[in-house]
Amino acid sequence: MGKSPTLEFDSKWDLSPAPESTGHINLKDQYDLFIGGKWVKPSSKKYFDTINPATEKVIAKVAEANEKDVNRAVQSARKAYNEVWSKLSAGERGKYIYRIARLIQERAREFSVIETMDGGKVIRESRDVDVPLAAAHFFYYAGWADKLKYAFPNRNPQPLGVAGQIIPWNFPLLMAAWKIAPALATGNTVVIKSAETTPLTLYKLAEVIESAGLPPGVVNIVSGAGETGAAIVNHRDVNKIAFTGSTGVGKIIQRAVVGTNKKTTLELGGKAANIVFEDAPLDQAVEGIINGIYFNQGHVCCAGSRLFIQESVKDIVLRKLQDRMESLIVGDPMDKNTDIGAINSKEQLGIIKKYIEVGKKEGATMYQNTCDLPKKGYWCRPTLFTNVSQSSRIVQEEIFGPVLAVQTFRTIDEVISKANNSPYGLSAGVWTDKGSKIFNLTSQMKAGIVWANSYNKFDPTSPFGGYKESGFGREGGLHGLKPYLNL
Amino acid sequence: MDLVIFVEQQAFMGKSKAPQIPDFRLSPRIDQVGVGDRISRITTRSIKSSSKLQGLKMILNMIDLTTLEGADTQGKVSQLCNKAKFLHGSNPDLPTVAAVCVYPNFVSQAKKALLGTNINVASVATAFPAGQSSLDVKISDTKLAVDNGADEVDMVISRGRFHQGEYNYVFDEIAAVKEACGSARLKVILETGELGALDKVRRASDIAIYAGADFIKTSTGKISPAATLPVTCVMLEAIRDYFYESGTMIGMKPAGGISNSKLALQYLMLVKETLGDAWLSNQWFRYGASSLANDVLMQIEKQRTGNYQSKDYFSKD
Repeated sequence: MGKSPTLEFDSKWDLSPAPESTGHINLKDQYDLFIGGKWVKPSSKKYFDTINPATEKVIAKVAEANEKDVNRAVQSARKAYNEVWSKLSAGERGKYIYRIARLIQERAREFSVIETMDGGKVIRESRDVDVPLAAAHFFYYAGWADKLKYAFPNRNPQPLGVAGQIIPWNFPLLMAAWKIAPALATGNTVVIKSAETTPLTLYKLAEVIESAGLPPGVVNIVSGAGETGAAIVNHRDVNKIAFTGSTGVGKIIQRAVVGTNKKTTLELGGKAANIVFEDAPLDQAVEGIINGIYFNQGHVCCAGSRLFIQESVKDIVLRKLQDRMESLIVGDPMDKNTDIGAINSKEQLGIIKKYIEVGKKEGATMYQNTCDLPKKGYWCRPTLFTNVSQSSRIVQEEIFGPVLAVQTFRTIDEVISKANNSPYGLSAGVWTDKGSKIFNLTSQMKAGIVWANSYNKFDPTSPFGGYKESGFGREGGLHGLKPYLNL
Repeated sequence: MDLVIFVEQQAFMGKSKAPQIPDFRLSPRIDQVGVGDRISRITTRSIKSSSKLQGLKMILNMIDLTTLEGADTQGKVSQLCNKAKFLHGSNPDLPTVAAVCVYPNFVSQAKKALLGTNINVASVATAFPAGQSSLDVKISDTKLAVDNGADEVDMVISRGRFHQGEYNYVFDEIAAVKEACGSARLKVILETGELGALDKVRRASDIAIYAGADFIKTSTGKISPAATLPVTCVMLEAIRDYFYESGTMIGMKPAGGISNSKLALQYLMLVKETLGDAWLSNQWFRYGASSLANDVLMQIEKQRTGNYQSKDYFSKD
């Protein structure tokens, strides 16, 4: 065929910096625990730094909650449940939740800037995805608060009591909304722990909860690492554990709650198959592949990290994909034009780099885009690997970074068996112009969410959750009420 | 003209590689929602300060300054040509527009007025804007424009035949007009507002490109909707696929409805991210617009002086 013609994406017309202003945000140097409606010093007397992964600078010091602090939080949640929250009418509960939703909207800019500073995600995403979706979740569940009997006809839905919730670092505010909103709507009180690297927006949410006038103790917010989480899971007076995070920790939690009457939902890892058929709208599929794997630097449990391309269109899809990757801008997450921000932490960057090395060692062919990276901070170029197989570690294991493993397939049966050949089963994507093929695949895919001709689309009305080692229980939609109720 | 001969001719004329003519019924399918997603990434690009100024100057240089009215007069055309040459007297550092676009009977006048400049004269032809006439009439309309000195010809496709599935007819008609153009560059107007779906936009783009279009163009500007970002995105992707296939560059011209700088910058960003730097020139990208130039001028003056100026400081022609 000879040398194929190439497109150039160098620099004839560069974008000037367009940083989002940060002057309007209000951050304290130090954050204490939010327990019983008050800001409380940790009895551990320990504080840890939370840093901006794009600059490696310390943003604030945050209290580390120990077992004693967690106990205090659970006690105040129990007190609030017994004395106030369970006695309130459902309509009144709904009002508080609506108020939280509106206050998040009012302070949306501040939330998105802080989310970007603390986690490294690009401002375009925190502004257009994380914060609006978080508000939408509160709005949605506020509406359910006084309609639970209609959600579960002929049942008598009753709250569980105190819900212990543990959220991950990839979508801090959004995951808090996914957890807190249904818990409050169903009449439970909450003890929630933020992730170690991204505690700030949850404490900003505490400020919102204060201004919403929520009765003290209904929502208690603590921060810390694994031990703090363990204290919540193991506390005897917690009725429900909702966890989003790694499959490893999920298994530990599962063991810990065996023999107790704690209800559990686990939303764990994933290694989603994104399947492109030859009759798919290829240019849009390429956009969906990009969205699927490089959204939030690939720190997404439902990321489409395994790409399956039908043999006949492999070359053209890869070529389009590489050209699209060239137009992605990696760098300062606060710049409105940045497509891929900073890796959340040094530790995570190490994990991603390790997997990239593993991929190379296993003989896979690597392609990365050629953009410049900033000197300070934690960065990883969007990466894809070809010449991989089902037995490659980068195909089997969750990397949680911007790394895509590409394989080809010939027949539908082949791709279904390859896609399902994973211990995970959170999500999948299917790209084809043929409706019947979509229905065939969605019914055979062992995955909780299957997107057709789209990827990473979220809506509070739609349930989210996994099969197999991706966990159990659903969040979002009517299904998301169930794990917080005795029916 | 026989298709086989046509393809051989193209190959002979030194186009890098003439790819096989595909079955246009099998043109790639387009997902409208996906195109919308792509466009939302483009429209949230923030184009500021020096990159904005650079973009605005590029846009100015890509405009086909257009007048296509029944009410056009020699006076109007001569005013337009003057505007093309001297966009804004108080800022001499500005580029000129790419071309002036008129009806065939004004071509020789415009050609004379623009003598000695780099500004091309483009003429619409082929029973513009409806295209409701015989092939003979369309060919003589084209010849009239070319004989009068048009550097570029903007033709319309036969939408009726296209919707009837007579793709060979549409193809042959474009090829025949291309032949009549001689050395003039041919822009093929798809009138996407009449095509009804992005799938059809893609199919019409493929037909036009394979039949010999130098540019593909969205609209006549006579119906609504005219150019839109999603339609332009699909057409740019058709151009890209042809480039992958053959190494041959095809130009793109959105026309109609682009009246402000912000929107024009978004089009430019779409070109940059879809086709890359090589297309960022008036050889390969044009705006068909009558009122865009003044808004771009106003923005450039704002960037230069720091203040917005009254519309009355910019000539209306």
